[in-house]
Amino acid sequence: MKTRNIVLTILLYLLFLNSSFAKNPSDFIQEITDNASKILSSDLSKNEKQNKLKDIAENTVDIRGIGFYTLGKFRKTLNEDKKKEYSILFKEYFLKSFSSRLVEYSNPKITVVSEEVLNEKYTMVSSVLAATKDRPEIKIDWRVYTKNKSEPLIRDLIIEGLSLARTQKEEFASIISSNDNNVEILFKTLKQF
Amino acid sequence: MKQIIKYSVLIIILQLLTFHAFAGSDGTINISKNNKPVKDCFEKINRATFALNQGLDKAIFKPIAKGYNKLPTPIKNGSSNFVSNISNLVTIPNNILQGDFKSAGTNTIRLIINTTLGIVGWYDAAEAMGLQKLDKEDYGQTLGKAGIGPGCYLVLPVLGPSTVRDTVGSLINLSGGDPFYNITIKNDTHYFSEPDYYSTRATNALDFRAKNLGSLENLEKNSVDFYAAVRSLYLQDRQKKIANNSSLTETMDNSDWEEIEEN
Repeated sequence: MKTRNIVLTILLYLLFLNSSFAKNPSDFIQEITDNASKILSSDLSKNEKQNKLKDIAENTVDIRGIGFYTLGKFRKTLNEDKKKEYSILFKEYFLKSFSSRLVEYSNPKITVVSEEVLNEKYTMVSSVLAATKDRPEIKIDWRVYTKNKSEPLIRDLIIEGLSLARTQKEEFASIISSNDNNVEILFKTLKQF
Repeated sequence: MKQIIKYSVLIIILQLLTFHAFAGSDGTINISKNNKPVKDCFEKINRATFALNQGLDKAIFKPIAKGYNKLPTPIKNGSSNFVSNISNLVTIPNNILQGDFKSAGTNTIRLIINTTLGIVGWYDAAEAMGLQKLDKEDYGQTLGKAGIGPGCYLVLPVLGPSTVRDTVGSLINLSGGDPFYNITIKNDTHYFSEPDYYSTRATNALDFRAKNLGSLENLEKNSVDFYAAVRSLYLQDRQKKIANNSSLTETMDNSDWEEIEEN
């Protein structure tokens, strides 16, 4: 009887532990966009803002996963050393490009409106970027990788139905295929960015 | 003679659409696993045209768009509403051709209300009455909906990204499919003239360019291959518009990511 109680207590504890650490994808995205918005509307210099945005991205975006996705079929042509080299290059490129894109926005207001669970691994979170006098309202959807419930990661941004990961993949494919399928040219381009 | 040339060009393009066995680059752009890849058959020429368009954009369109953006908001909104109202003349027949009679009805009522109460479309009076603006439809989308593939990707001088199918769609406008073209250029109605058509088209393009000034500048600055990025975005956008589906799962293919899991 005593053993059963102990087992039950442990099970309940584990259940509580699991649920308390699981992050809801909508809250996860709202938290990220709120933090980014605070940084962008602050008095920090452009460089400082970019560094802080990079920190957010490093902890919330699956940069390695996106990197391999964007490499597409050419991923299979790389050996382990080259994969490591590519991961490092892509991470640097991604963080620079991502922070440089975002830093141009001053005080963006993003509100999460809904979420759709696609399967165990993915949830799409829908949000809107409020309109300003210069541009209309923009729909932004976030593809969140939820395999590890306690540590969700962003894998794609879909702006007005257009996937940034897919666009990136096609840019890389274009560079490689227009250079006789030489992946080294992509490496060189990323280094120079 | 002019008509014969026009229809010959149309027939040739339709042939290209059906049997697009082109020489040249074999670079393909995969939009979705459910759709055949779109070939960039004329990539070298397309890239050259793209460079020309970028030059024109920097020298002419971008400075004008910047000036347009400085206009008071009511003027910008008014001209945007005006060109949007005229675009209904192409959207309505396409709604009907696609079998979407409900949207055709809504757009017709919106066109009547906005042309009259909205003072030739300057105000969106219909929206104030609860008739929300619907997505634009064109002949390229209708051809796509009918199952005709996009053919090769094209970059047209001045007009920008397109496909063979979308170019045919635009030519249908000039062959009687656009009532506004018919009353301004094709037929002498005494009420409208050619400048009315061209100035409206130019305002439409300017409105689009002005609304996307920041985003295009940002994209160009942060792209490793701007041409490929624009091509990808154009083709994704057309696919989304032809599908007339706002569902995210339609535009995203989970299997694209599957192999990543194995890494």
